[in-house]
Amino acid sequence: MDSFLPAVAAADAAPLASEQLRELYSLMAAVRYLDTSAVAWQRQGIIPGYAPELGQEAAQVGSAYALDTARDFAFPTYREMGVARTMGVDMVAYMSTHKATWHGGMYDPLASRLAPIQAVVAGSVLHAVGWAHGQTLSEEPGVALSYFGDGASSQGDVHEAMNFAAVMKAPVVFFIQNNGWAISVPTERQVAGGSVAGRAAGYGIPGIQVDGNDVVAVYEATRDAFAHCRAGNGPVVVEAMTYRRGPHSTADDPGRYRSLDDERIDAGKDPLERLRERLLAVGAADEAFFAAAHEAARIEEELIRTGIEALGPRPGTEMFDFVFQETTPALENQATRWREESEHV
Amino acid sequence: MSESTTATLEAGTTTESQRTHISMQQALNRALDEILSADPKTVVFGEDCGQLGGVFRITDGLQAKHGESRVFDTPLAESGILGMSVGLAMAGFHPIPEVQFDGFAYPAINQIVCQIARMNYRSRGKLPMPITLRVPSFGGIRAPEHHGESLEALFAHVPGLKVVSPSDPHDAYHLLKYAASRPDPVIFMEPKSRYWQKGDVDTSDGGTLTGARIVRPGRHLTLVAWGAMVARCLQVAELAAEDGIDVEVLDLRWLKPIDAQALATSVGKTRRAVVVHEAPLTSGLGAEVAQLITQSCFDTLKAPVERVTGFDVPYPSGDLEDEYIPNIDRILLGIQRVLEYRRG
Ligand SMILES: Cc1ncc(C[n+]2csc(CCOP(=O)(O)OP(=O)(O)O)c2C)c(N)n1
Repeated sequence: MDSFLPAVAAADAAPLASEQLRELYSLMAAVRYLDTSAVAWQRQGIIPGYAPELGQEAAQVGSAYALDTARDFAFPTYREMGVARTMGVDMVAYMSTHKATWHGGMYDPLASRLAPIQAVVAGSVLHAVGWAHGQTLSEEPGVALSYFGDGASSQGDVHEAMNFAAVMKAPVVFFIQNNGWAISVPTERQVAGGSVAGRAAGYGIPGIQVDGNDVVAVYEATRDAFAHCRAGNGPVVVEAMTYRRGPHSTADDPGRYRSLDDERIDAGKDPLERLRERLLAVGAADEAFFAAAHEAARIEEELIRTGIEALGPRPGTEMFDFVFQETTPALENQATRWREESEHV
Repeated sequence: MSESTTATLEAGTTTESQRTHISMQQALNRALDEILSADPKTVVFGEDCGQLGGVFRITDGLQAKHGESRVFDTPLAESGILGMSVGLAMAGFHPIPEVQFDGFAYPAINQIVCQIARMNYRSRGKLPMPITLRVPSFGGIRAPEHHGESLEALFAHVPGLKVVSPSDPHDAYHLLKYAASRPDPVIFMEPKSRYWQKGDVDTSDGGTLTGARIVRPGRHLTLVAWGAMVARCLQVAELAAEDGIDVEVLDLRWLKPIDAQALATSVGKTRRAVVVHEAPLTSGLGAEVAQLITQSCFDTLKAPVERVTGFDVPYPSGDLEDEYIPNIDRILLGIQRVLEYRRG
């Protein structure tokens, strides 16, 4: 499908320098390593569950790389570990949600510019629009980056969000990771017309479909979308075509809805391998660099795992502490009762 | 409130009360106007809130005065309105969204319950949701289906939400200003059948706004009500007085958190209580009120707490509305049941 981003997009933007390409590789390698390890952590009983993103590293790293954490804000779902890592979020705090320590994770959303993890599909897409409209109202340059899946695009909230954003010219990039599946349901039985980006035209929004396994293509598309928003032209829809290689979650059994052969054929080329070949082809990296990147990823994973394992349970009082900014007498009574009874037992 | 009073007293002057006789619609409109003037981060929006001033004219003239960026119309989508409020709050704004009619809060329940009510918790207090959702509420205006519903129990049941309903222009003015100044999400249920009733508003003194309010003191029995039912209970109290029954009317105002202390004090004195609400009986807020009273007054109660409510039926159309909403006779019968109760 066509991209019809107006020329105001970052046409004059320089191509990525070798150093940036290497950085992208290091990020993707770190994400791959951590993602694969997190599945292992679950099998080892270190965490109760996890939503893997194997194969989506290019889509996540490439899009988040276009974001400026000094002014922009990202709104994730439950599968954006690679986005968090690229944005520099404290990964122990991020992973704590999978440790079942705290819904939403333990990172500070305001400081990190990443909204809390949340599980209602499409739940945060409207938040991105509201935040983006706030930028317009306060005449600030931030752009909201809203992540969601092809399955989530079936939700009414996505329709409302795109329509609101278009009507209000809100600076929001709707970034769809079309990973081919919504749990067991393939895109063709989820998205009528086959493309979420194709729907953008109906809202009067530019839409672009991009090869989501090509980190450079994803980065450039997202960068152009940001430029479009920042120039005051309103929202953009970017649909990154990728493939969720593993299970939907550590509780999922993809063998019930697709075969390993299907998976191999449909998944296409590994995004990490693709970038590696590109780096070698343009002479931007050598074997020593790749070895170092993987070693760094291994060390990083170890640190995060240690941090996660060290996370004790939260003190029970916190259950009551964060319901409101101003607590209520009923809640105080319940907290007191809980304290008395738990000490008594 | 008390701070400014103290400051005035220290300055050696006395505060003149600012009394005015206006409708609840005017009182709410004035409150919104003052909130918008005082806090540049406040934004008022919803369906037809701008040029039209809302279908109930609560936002009348506010767009002309405060501009289209502060008071604006949204597309016709309730989930969009409430979801957008979340993002605006995250960006440091104080959203005061309007849902045009109570029944149209249902399409936004997902955003209200799963997002607005939880964001402070989810973010460990980093993302407060200072959102005041105005909902024209309850029946009594012979409106079409979905234009008159009583959602208080539904909202009050959701952790993370606070719920308040004013019963007269004075309270409407002050409670709205108070609610909008708080850092937590408040569902502000406006009794639409009372929008055009006038009353005295003292703009200089709202009194205590955090709990319930005794609108009529009495000795024999406490009627507990909120919203539009308060005025009806006051009528009932007048009629009962003719028979020598001295009824106390307690306006609960806050439906979450409920002022348990006020219930204990009032019923501790009268030893009998009837809860009156428009919402269906089963799992209604009347059950919560009755339990709170039982817990604090069990030893002295002279009869079980009685409930006079709507029925477990979909809100009926205009012709049957008077049969559904607790009327004077049904409330009087409720009072009678309590007064005549004899221990088996
Ligand atoms: C509103 C809602 N309904 C159902 C679910 C259960 N659920 C979790 S993920 C998922 C599939 C989502 O697919 P998609 O949006 O394509 O994202 P992906 O998981 O593939 O990243 C479903 C049905 C949910 N989280 N939220």
